[in-house]
Amino acid sequence: MSAGVGVNLENLWIRFGDFVAVRDANVNINGGDFFSFLGPSGCGKTTILRAVSGFLEPSDGKVLIGGNDMKGIGPNKRPTALIFQNLALFPLMKIWENITFSMEIKGASAKERRKRADELLDMIALPGQGDKLPSELSGGQRQRVAIARALCAEPDVLLLDEPLSALDLKLRQHMRTELREIQQRVGITFIYITHDQGEALTMSDNIAVMKAGVIDQIGDGKTIYNDPSTAFAASFVGENNVFRGKVKRIMGEEALIQTNRSGELVARISSANQGRMKEGDAAMMFIRPEAFALAPAGASGDHFVTAKVNHEEFEGNVFNIFMEGDGGKELKVSIPNLGQSFEDHTGQNITLEYETKNAVIVPAGELAAE
Amino acid sequence: MPSFLKEFFKRNGTGMGSLMLGLVLFWTIGLIILPQLSMLDFSFRPNLPPPEIGGPKDVYTLENYKYLIYGPEGGSQDYNAVDLKVFFRTLVAAVCVTVFNLILCYPIAYYLAQTKGNHIRIFALMLIIPYWINEILRAFALRIIFGETGVLNNMLVGLGIFDTPFDFIRNDIALYAGLGYAYILLMIFPIYNVIESLDRNQIEAARDMGASWTKIHRRVVIPYAKPGISSGCTMVFMLSAGALAAPQILGGPSSLWFTQLIYQQFNDNSDWPQGAAYAVVLLVTCILLVLAVMRLFKVNMGDIGK
Repeated sequence: MSAGVGVNLENLWIRFGDFVAVRDANVNINGGDFFSFLGPSGCGKTTILRAVSGFLEPSDGKVLIGGNDMKGIGPNKRPTALIFQNLALFPLMKIWENITFSMEIKGASAKERRKRADELLDMIALPGQGDKLPSELSGGQRQRVAIARALCAEPDVLLLDEPLSALDLKLRQHMRTELREIQQRVGITFIYITHDQGEALTMSDNIAVMKAGVIDQIGDGKTIYNDPSTAFAASFVGENNVFRGKVKRIMGEEALIQTNRSGELVARISSANQGRMKEGDAAMMFIRPEAFALAPAGASGDHFVTAKVNHEEFEGNVFNIFMEGDGGKELKVSIPNLGQSFEDHTGQNITLEYETKNAVIVPAGELAAE
Repeated sequence: MPSFLKEFFKRNGTGMGSLMLGLVLFWTIGLIILPQLSMLDFSFRPNLPPPEIGGPKDVYTLENYKYLIYGPEGGSQDYNAVDLKVFFRTLVAAVCVTVFNLILCYPIAYYLAQTKGNHIRIFALMLIIPYWINEILRAFALRIIFGETGVLNNMLVGLGIFDTPFDFIRNDIALYAGLGYAYILLMIFPIYNVIESLDRNQIEAARDMGASWTKIHRRVVIPYAKPGISSGCTMVFMLSAGALAAPQILGGPSSLWFTQLIYQQFNDNSDWPQGAAYAVVLLVTCILLVLAVMRLFKVNMGDIGK
């Protein structure tokens, strides 16, 4: 991958009056990376994007693009291009004028602009559509026009503010692949804002998980999913089952947890918390629905969970079993459908087992809202 | 019955629908179209004493229109220079008032529409409340400000900027200010309405791509606001060209407004046909001018209603 221009946030604070929108963010985004900020709405991710694009001055700290401090440099002077959530195409301009607006600003001739527009239209697979108005295109096509318009300015960093949220599911999944392809082709840094963990996981090289203005964890998709460092990251990214309890004993990289409901269970302490947890600490243990397997009845031990089944459902690729869980939340188990016979357990107690490497322990903390 | 009418009656019920339709028709036909047609009819007839109306002398003639161009028959001049001059000066002045109003109101409308907060409501209220006062009082208030011993002159002379009071009234400055002020809201609100619906992101997108403020307005905001700008300009132009109170009160002794001539014909000369002819000429010229300008700036009639 070509070495693109990196972005660094150093001790970035953004306040609106008394409200702290971003608290002491430190992020290094490598040049040429597809980097996502993932978090629920209102967590401050869009605020970070506006600070990078220059529409917002940080209250404290620095935004560096390609190593240069961006303080006092306006959005029109930064090497960034922003794709808005609602795309913000100019409704009265034709597609080719929309795409080449940045060239028009620089005084390029209509002929040059037309040529460049045609190249970009080919790239986004919309050849010959240049003379239409935005209102004459479909949602997915407008989406691609917005990308072409941003790329036309030849930015070093492309900023995307939930650009797929207005599309329907099928198109959204298609555009994920397309965006990733475009990013790899042009080789510039993409900074992507989303609340959709599926988008973040499928497209990103690295992800920052955000909660209420604080960056909880930065890592690649696999790390975030398999090795979360906080209760929030564990519960926000993907589906997860929580077991609350206390650390009873530390055993190297693993620990024995005295859980509130399910007796003593062993799990791996997440990498970020290795060596930081001690006996007696309040802890949370997370096990993904797909990490469980059905165990023979009566089996017991430090990696077996027994609970009563509330109801079951068949989802096609998996059977889902919903059981009585911790803190009023149902415990969800997904058993892959491999054509095996599957009896209904509703109302019965069943026992599940898991491998300790698939269960992770983090300090007790706030969970993501449903 | 056309489908839109059927739809209309279905939605509002026959009783309510007929009432609404009847009122609208009465308003447009009874109060606007018929009186205008009657004026048009007047304008082509000679001015006769009542007993002779409908008599042998009451025939259609172009005399009244000829009078505007050539003046009285056997007059000393080839053309009716006085009235024609007033006519053209009125049109030019109305155009100037419109342009001046647009330049003044566009930034205000933009600011009102794109800024959020409670102070905007107070700002708008401060624009509206003066219009609770009737037009004639407002015109006299401006007279007090612009008069020879008025507030403005006292201030300017007191500050030593002028040695002697400047005659704002004779120089028509008071008139233009009065006309401009009278129709400010009619310019601000149509523009405000359109710009308010402009997505702020479009402005930011343009800025992100490096556009300067002038460029943003020229390429993004003004094209979008065009329907509002044209409906504001149309109203201000039509109303200033047809204004009577402001020119009466604020006009200098030597500068007549064309509407004042029409008023004189109707009232002082009791020559209704002549007055009607002048009024028709003013109306038709104004409409043609507006249509021509709309064509020039590629505005559709439908946009005006937005």
